[in-house]
Amino acid sequence: MSGLLGVAAAEFRIAIRNRWVTVLVVLMLLFSLVLSAAGSAPSGELGADRLSVTVASLTGLAVYLIPLMALLLSFDAIAGDRDRGTLALLLTYPLSRPGLLLGKFLAHLTVLGIALLAGYGTAAAAAFATDGTAAAGLAPLFRLFWSSLLLGATFLGIGYSASAMAKRSGTAASMAIGIWLLLIVLFDLALLSAVVADDGGTFTTAVFPWFLLGNPADAFRLFNLAASDATALAAGVAGAASAIPSLQALASLLLWPLLAFFLAFAAFRKVTP
Amino acid sequence: MPDLKLSAVTKRFDGVTALEELTLTVKAGERVALLGHNGAGKSTLMKIVLGLLPADAGVIDVMGAACGSRAARALCAYLPENVAFHPALSGLEQLQLFLKLRRQPPRAALGLLESVGLGEAARRRIGTYSKGMRQRLGLAQAFIGKPKLLILDEPTSGLDPVSRRDFYEILDRLAAAGAAILLSSHALTELEARTDRILILSKGRLVADDTLAGLRRRASLPTRIQIAARPGAADEVARKLTAGRHNGVMVDLVCGPEDKLARLGEIAALKDLIDDFEVIPPSLDDIYNHFSRKEASCPVS
Repeated sequence: MSGLLGVAAAEFRIAIRNRWVTVLVVLMLLFSLVLSAAGSAPSGELGADRLSVTVASLTGLAVYLIPLMALLLSFDAIAGDRDRGTLALLLTYPLSRPGLLLGKFLAHLTVLGIALLAGYGTAAAAAFATDGTAAAGLAPLFRLFWSSLLLGATFLGIGYSASAMAKRSGTAASMAIGIWLLLIVLFDLALLSAVVADDGGTFTTAVFPWFLLGNPADAFRLFNLAASDATALAAGVAGAASAIPSLQALASLLLWPLLAFFLAFAAFRKVTP
Repeated sequence: MPDLKLSAVTKRFDGVTALEELTLTVKAGERVALLGHNGAGKSTLMKIVLGLLPADAGVIDVMGAACGSRAARALCAYLPENVAFHPALSGLEQLQLFLKLRRQPPRAALGLLESVGLGEAARRRIGTYSKGMRQRLGLAQAFIGKPKLLILDEPTSGLDPVSRRDFYEILDRLAAAGAAILLSSHALTELEARTDRILILSKGRLVADDTLAGLRRRASLPTRIQIAARPGAADEVARKLTAGRHNGVMVDLVCGPEDKLARLGEIAALKDLIDDFEVIPPSLDDIYNHFSRKEASCPVS
C-alpha cells in the first residue's frame, strides 16, 4: 500500500509540475462561469432555481469535457514511461502492475476531483449570489459531482488501456482523441440519425435505450437529467430517452469503471518494457 | 545459500535467436561480469532474469524464488542500460519513491544520494542532471535495502574514474555481505579486474566462463618482448634471437606462453648488447577479442 501511495504522490507532483492541474482547473472555472452567466436568462420562465438550471447546463458540458480531461491525463501513463525508458526499472520493483496503475489512477482522479470542485463550486457560488432559493439545487449538484468522478474514472481506465496498447506516446495520444470522437460525438450522432430514420419503430422503443445505457457518457447524462427538475432543458438524445429509469443509468455508470480497469489491467499485463 | 541459476535458457525474437541454451550460476557473494558485443544478448539475459521478458525455454531460479515473482523482485535490484527517470521529479523525490516501493523509510534517501555524490543536487529536478549524475542516481536506487541479487547493465558507463572506483568499493561491500552480483560491460578493460568471474556471451551463446587468470591461460595468447639494443647492435641482437623485425635500435619478438622463460634466458645472455627490454603481456582487450570472436558453435561445457 505504501508503494501504491508513493506512486500516487509522485504522479500528482508530476501533474502539478506539468501544469495539468492548472490547465484543468482554469478550464473548469471558465466554463462554469460562462454557463452560470448564460443560465441566468431562462430560469425565471421555467420556475426552477438558479442552481438546478446551472446543473443541467453543467451536465451537458461535463459529458464532453470530463472524458476529454480524463483521456488527456491518462494517455501517457504507460506509453510515456515506456518511451522515456522508465517503465522497465519500475516494473522490477515489488509493486504489482495493477498496483502501479492504481497509484497513477489515484493521482489522476484527485486532479480531476480538484478541477471539478473548482468548477462546480464556482457555479454554486454564482447561483447562491443571485438566487436565495438555490439550495434546492445542492443535491443535484452533489450527484453531478460524484457521477462526474465515476465518468472520469471510466475514461481514465479507457485511456490507460489505450496507453498500454500503443507502442508510443504519440500513438496513444491519437488513440485517445479517436476514442473521444467515437464515444462522445459520433456515437450520439449515429444514434440520432438512426432514431430519425426509424421514425418511432422498434429500434427507437426497444434497442435505442440499451445503446444509450451502454455508452458511459450517455448513461451519465441520463442519470443526471432524469432526476433533475430541469429535464425540460435537456435536448436531443437525453430528451428522447427520458423514459429510462435512473437506476439503470446508475448501474451502467458503476459498471463502466470496472470494465475499463479490467481492460486496462489485461492490456498492461501484455506490455514488455 | 540460494543462488541465481539458469539452465538451458533460450530466447528467440521473430525467429532470430537471442539466447541459445544458456546455463550459468551466480553464487551468493560472487561478483560476475557479463561481457559481449552489442547484440550479444546481455540485456536480454538480464531482462529475462528480472521477469521483464519471458524465456521461450529453460529454467530460472532467482535466489530460490520464481523469476518475475513478487518475492524475486523484492530480492533483486536492477540498473538498466541508459537509466532514465521522470525529468519533472527531483533526485530526492525519485529516490523517496523507490524507497517506498521497497518498503524502506523514505528519510534514507538523502544519505543514499550523498553516498553516490549527489547530496548537493538532491533537490534539483532530474531534467537538469548530466548523464553521469543520472547514472549515479541509478546506482543509488540499486543499492536500496541490501538486495540479494544485483543486476547491473553497464553500471560504469558515464562514470569518471573516481566514481568508478567508489562504485566498485560499494560492490565489494555488498558482495562481502552476501549479495550475488551480475554486471555487464562492453570490454574487459572497464572491469578493472574487480570481479571474481567473467562470462563472455557471443551471439547468444556462452563462449567463456572463467576467472581472468583462467581466461588468460586458456587463451594462451603470445607475449610481445621489446628489446632496446645498444647503438649499432640491433642487427646482431635480431640475428642471435632470430627475432622478427627491427628498426634502428628496437628488436621485437613474439613468443607463446610456454617459450617465455626460455626466451628471457636468451635475452639475458645478450646483456652486453642490450640497453633494456620490456615484456608486454596480452592486453585484456586482446583476451576478450580472442573469446568473443571464437566460433559461437563451440560453447563452454
